Amino acid sequence: MSLADFFYMGGYAAYLWPAFGLVVLVLVYNVWSARRALAEARRAAARRLQMEETRS
Amino acid sequence: MWKWFHMLASPPHFYRIAGLTIPWFGWPALVLILVGLYGGLVLAPADYQQGDGFRIFYVHVPSAIMSMMVYGIMATAAAIGLIWRMKLAHAVAAASAPVGAWFTFCALATGSLWGKPMWGTWWEWDARLTSELILLFLYLGYIALRSSIEDPQRADRASAVLALVGVINLPIIHYSVVWWNSLHQGSTMFNPGAMSIEMKWPALSMLFGFMLYYGAVLFVRLRAEVIRRERNAAWLRQELAL
Repeated sequence: MSLADFFYMGGYAAYLWPAFGLVVLVLVYNVWSARRALAEARRAAARRLQMEETRS
Repeated sequence: MWKWFHMLASPPHFYRIAGLTIPWFGWPALVLILVGLYGGLVLAPADYQQGDGFRIFYVHVPSAIMSMMVYGIMATAAAIGLIWRMKLAHAVAAASAPVGAWFTFCALATGSLWGKPMWGTWWEWDARLTSELILLFLYLGYIALRSSIEDPQRADRASAVLALVGVINLPIIHYSVVWWNSLHQGSTMFNPGAMSIEMKWPALSMLFGFMLYYGAVLFVRLRAEVIRRERNAAWLRQELAL
């Protein structure tokens, strides 16, 4: 099987590659967004604690 | 045993243990998914009816199974949170919703991309497809309800009730291909003999990879939930190095 055959996927390339690409994209996005949520929560908590410190 | 359980549920311990656990889920997930992709796209033989088009199976079916499994976990966690007033259980439910919604989206989108060449249509108001779409709306409704209530404890309780009501949809999705005359094909994954082992193992690799992936993402999100719910504790100060 040549590389061109592989990408051609028996004529289903137009449906198959978007399906796989989409899933991979979503998997990467979920990791990124979870890590961003954690960084965001840490920043918000740090701000809150520092504000409480200056108040007391 | 109970002492250990309470220790695990205490925020500083949980935060630390979750952090240590993430790579143990994440890296094996990556390996299993890459092996599954290679197996599904290269090693598995083409289907005798659907040719290479059937390979969408390798992303569609694991996504669809995960969409339901994550909802089941979310609803179970919500029930535990309601009954035993356990904050960590509510946090598990809240952290599961976005991942579950994305798996549902993937199941619908890849199904659509599979349906077009095989059935000749992107979408059909068929029992399986419609109930899966309702699952997406349940996830989105859950997320919207949570974000609309400011008080975290009220948000936990209200969203938990919604998650539990939505459980009724899970058996409907599962049995939709049996109860109704559906365009969607029946289960091949759990039907012994329906698929040869060369065809099946990449799908299993993808499915286990997705499960571990969900674990890794869940723990990252849980860490965020634990910090959000923690009010001015000494450990948090130390953890954030203030």
